[in-house]
Amino acid sequence: MTTSAVEPAHLTQAEVAALAKPKKSPKVLIGMIASYVGMALIVLYCILPFYWMIVSSLRLPTMGRSTDFLPRPMSFENFQGVFSGNNNFGRALINSLLVSGITTLLTLFIGIVAAYALARLRFKFKGIVLAIIIATSMFPGITLLIPLLKMFSGSYPWFPYWIDTYRAMILPSLSFALPLAVWNLTAFFRQLPVELEQAAMVDGCTPGQAFTKVILPLAAPGVFTTAIITFIAAWNEFIIALTFGRSPSVMTATVAISKFTGTTGFDTPYGTIMAAGVIVTVPLLIAVLIFQRRIVAGLTAGGVK
Amino acid sequence: MATTAVESKPPAPVTPHKVKKNALSDGQGRLAGILLSPTMAVIVVVVGIPIILAIRESFFFKNEGVDPNTGKIDATSRFVGLDNFTAIFENQNIVNALWGSMPRFWNAFINTTMFTIVCVILETVLGVAMALIMAKAFRGRGIVRAGILVPWAIPTIVSALMWKLIFNEAGVMNRILGRQFLWLADNSSSFVAIVIADVWKTAPFIGLLTLAGLQTIPAEVYEAAKVDGASAIQQFFQITLPMVKPTLVVAVLFRALDTMRMFDLPWGMIGSGKYSVETLSVFAYLEANATRYGPAAAYSIVLFLYIVLVAFLFVRMLGADVVGDESVKRTKAAKGRKKLKPSITSGAMP
Repeated sequence: MTTSAVEPAHLTQAEVAALAKPKKSPKVLIGMIASYVGMALIVLYCILPFYWMIVSSLRLPTMGRSTDFLPRPMSFENFQGVFSGNNNFGRALINSLLVSGITTLLTLFIGIVAAYALARLRFKFKGIVLAIIIATSMFPGITLLIPLLKMFSGSYPWFPYWIDTYRAMILPSLSFALPLAVWNLTAFFRQLPVELEQAAMVDGCTPGQAFTKVILPLAAPGVFTTAIITFIAAWNEFIIALTFGRSPSVMTATVAISKFTGTTGFDTPYGTIMAAGVIVTVPLLIAVLIFQRRIVAGLTAGGVK
Repeated sequence: MATTAVESKPPAPVTPHKVKKNALSDGQGRLAGILLSPTMAVIVVVVGIPIILAIRESFFFKNEGVDPNTGKIDATSRFVGLDNFTAIFENQNIVNALWGSMPRFWNAFINTTMFTIVCVILETVLGVAMALIMAKAFRGRGIVRAGILVPWAIPTIVSALMWKLIFNEAGVMNRILGRQFLWLADNSSSFVAIVIADVWKTAPFIGLLTLAGLQTIPAEVYEAAKVDGASAIQQFFQITLPMVKPTLVVAVLFRALDTMRMFDLPWGMIGSGKYSVETLSVFAYLEANATRYGPAAAYSIVLFLYIVLVAFLFVRMLGADVVGDESVKRTKAAKGRKKLKPSITSGAMP
């Protein structure tokens, strides 16, 4: 960019190359600076509230509502506090892991085959099937929860009491996880060239073999991305877990955090809540940062949520 | 159940004309049936049956008091027809919140609508602005992308509690503003606080989707426009916006439907039973928790129909292409044009 300063007498090869490039006019330069400023603003906008959560979790428990921009003195007592007493937070984390893990696995098993059929096979009513799957993803959770609450709480003679079980949280979670996964996976399968299976089938594979031996290994990145997105959606789920997992033995982390309020003393234990929030979020953020390129590809392919 | 607008288009018959026997595609219908049956079974169990039960429930009302015959508390419910729905239009359960005094249902209904309109407009404007900035970027796009995923990855309930701390009356927001707003005290500031929290979480997401749409616009179009002397503003409104519209409309539709069922934010930030931020989801949830299943189911069905209506309007008025399946689109287009000649593509696998 500082090509104007070079003397014309003895030019190295690099300098000649630099001169050969079209000079950046001041207007372009201003545009570049503006775009960097804009990007910085976007990052700040996204990060600052989260920064506040981290800072607040690192204060002393007694300074929960301090507005100091740095934690002074820094302390990890809140993080110890999260796991102490009757918060049952360790248990809640395991519950969350179980519920969202099983939801993700089930979703993938069921979703992969459906997505393959939608992406590749030719059949009647494909439009209707796709519409039903989208309609399911648009469904307001509350419309499902009310009858399910009545059903699971033993109000119908033909259904057992399911409140405070993992299955009462996993099954309804499929209602939002499955459409999301099918949608993403269908987009991924469509990206793979059809010729691959055609070649496999010409070589004597059945469509099923072509799928398991050719397509599935190639679609592994897509399946992986879908797994992450589904897991995050299930991990972040709140209203289903709030409704069906009430006892501490099955309560998930998101519900446990919301119940921190008022359990200790008169003042809301903000420091503890923020520390718990950081604990719940940081593993997700690490995964997101590592796989960001893939996740963005998955999100934009799915376009849902 | 699946009465959204996308379905209102005619089903796509795959063979509008005779297809030659094809070793590669024969028997696909049966295979598709087998492969799709687990998904369809799950949808029937977790969505189909509950929605039927919800509709049935909305016609019943729980009996109250003691059964005169047995002396036990009466736990049964009686058929009341459409009473749960007509009760919505009666002046009962009046609350006084942001929009004047009105029945609690309509207060929640207006809250839901206003949240959706305000949040979605702000998110779209901010999101498009973010996408434009990111599209201009030469370097550092990875950092921005990582940053943008942070609000998305934080659980909504955690972000609600985070904003609760930020908006505390002695919190950092009031310190920055130098004012003393009572953000969490169930007033108009609470409404604003929820909007801010929701926009923070989802505007970057719209930005991400819009950026994906922007990147499909070929650079030649802009070069041609520049040659023709179009200004930056003209380029934006004449090229960028129309070309990014298909992506944007779908993103906005999904955001709108998501905002209409908002629950976590008002619940976590302001609390339950706070009328100035109570959405239909929260109201129906509270009713169901008080075992008034009948009215709760009725409210949730109204919300569902409202969502269907909005989705329908989006698809019809703005042409949101939510299905996005090439083969389905092709057959539809072929049907629309009443094509008699078999197209080249129809013989091949979709």
